[in-house]
Amino acid sequence: MAKNILIVGGGLAGTIVGNGLCRQLSAKLRTGEVSITMLGTTDTHLYQPGLLYVPFGKIREHELFREQRKILDKRVNFMIDPAKTIDVAGNKVTTNSGKTIHYDYMVLATGSRCMPQNIPGMAEGAHWFYELDAARKLRDALAEFKGGKIVVNVNAPHKCPVAPLEISFMLKDFLQGKGVWDKTELTYTYPIGRLHALEPVANWAKPEFEKAGIKGELFFNTKSVDPVKKVISSEEGVDLPYDLLITIPPHNGAEVILNNDLGAGGWVPTNKLSLQREGSTNVFVCGDTTNIPISKAGSTAHFEADTIIDNIASLVLEGRMARDYDGKVFCFVETGMSTGTYVWFNYTTPPNPTAPTQMIHWFKLAYNRLYWLSARGLL
Amino acid sequence: MAERKTIDARGAYCPGPLMELIAALKLSQVGDELEVLSSDKGSAADIPEWVEKVGHQMVGTTAHDGYWSVVIRKAK
Repeated sequence: MAKNILIVGGGLAGTIVGNGLCRQLSAKLRTGEVSITMLGTTDTHLYQPGLLYVPFGKIREHELFREQRKILDKRVNFMIDPAKTIDVAGNKVTTNSGKTIHYDYMVLATGSRCMPQNIPGMAEGAHWFYELDAARKLRDALAEFKGGKIVVNVNAPHKCPVAPLEISFMLKDFLQGKGVWDKTELTYTYPIGRLHALEPVANWAKPEFEKAGIKGELFFNTKSVDPVKKVISSEEGVDLPYDLLITIPPHNGAEVILNNDLGAGGWVPTNKLSLQREGSTNVFVCGDTTNIPISKAGSTAHFEADTIIDNIASLVLEGRMARDYDGKVFCFVETGMSTGTYVWFNYTTPPNPTAPTQMIHWFKLAYNRLYWLSARGLL
Repeated sequence: MAERKTIDARGAYCPGPLMELIAALKLSQVGDELEVLSSDKGSAADIPEWVEKVGHQMVGTTAHDGYWSVVIRKAK
């Protein structure tokens, strides 16, 4: 009887897992002892970090997409047929089209979603860049911007934790180039008492903000946005008027996770070492979908996926788990239009960002293309 | 009925204990208690400071061997 491995979700996490399992289990796939199925929602794969460059016209939209079928190993049975019901007790998933798929091992990789609608007025009054249509609208708003008050507003939880700092530094360079920076007041709001969740990054950003003339408004958790008066208000009682509001909206996990009561907010309770769903031994959770208190970032998904590939392959081949996830995260940080730095850390090693250089910025630009090798599981 | 939930943020550098608490509060009901376990000493000061500023209630902070337990109640 073949072992059926089911991957729910076709983003970066699910794609790396699918490609990696094909390599590790190639002999078993050849003999039909293993099958791998992926349930996706779309035939295109989006390079999400590339959206940061859209508002500034620094990336062409076609560079953001590849056909999912082309970056996925041919041995994965890929279906554009999203999961509707997930029955972890019965080891089966029913799809939107009504198919029932039984599994021996399942990987939940359904990702996260921007939820501006969770805050009154935000969807109507704010711009954001975490989705393509929104990034295009922000590009148009920036093209028309002649100076005034910009608020970059950060909400928890959100993915890509350094992107708010990146867009702030990039805005400064972009508006300087446009000749309107001296007519602009940029305020950056953050939910906690420093400029970034990572203390060393916050310590680095503080003098950089002062040098750039960017104001920080800390302990700012958004209560509402008034799109008519153009004011954003916080739970802490602060009102900020704006001419252009750029928000990082709060996120939720996928609707299918919520609909199946697999985790509050759409985040699946997950063992931070084994990456198994709490209460399951044959269900793994990867990327943004977990509730692990760790950055929701592409690199997190990548390093978690590597661990899950090893563990599922080892369970199939040797009947035992292979290794734990060590909490590794790596993020590039654009510090303007021509310099960048990076941070990495894991559960036991704190981050320690290096001084920004042009070389790291170039490497980030190179990675914007190398990403497709990561998705294929080659990098 | 009010619930008590524990957030084990020990060893969590990013987004860190307070950001985890803020995210969890959005999924909680008024009256629920949330306990944050943090290996970051700063959280023992940051969390009460924010809780007071935003208008939730501090229940208490306990120092353990190598970590702190901070309990708050959602008030609004």
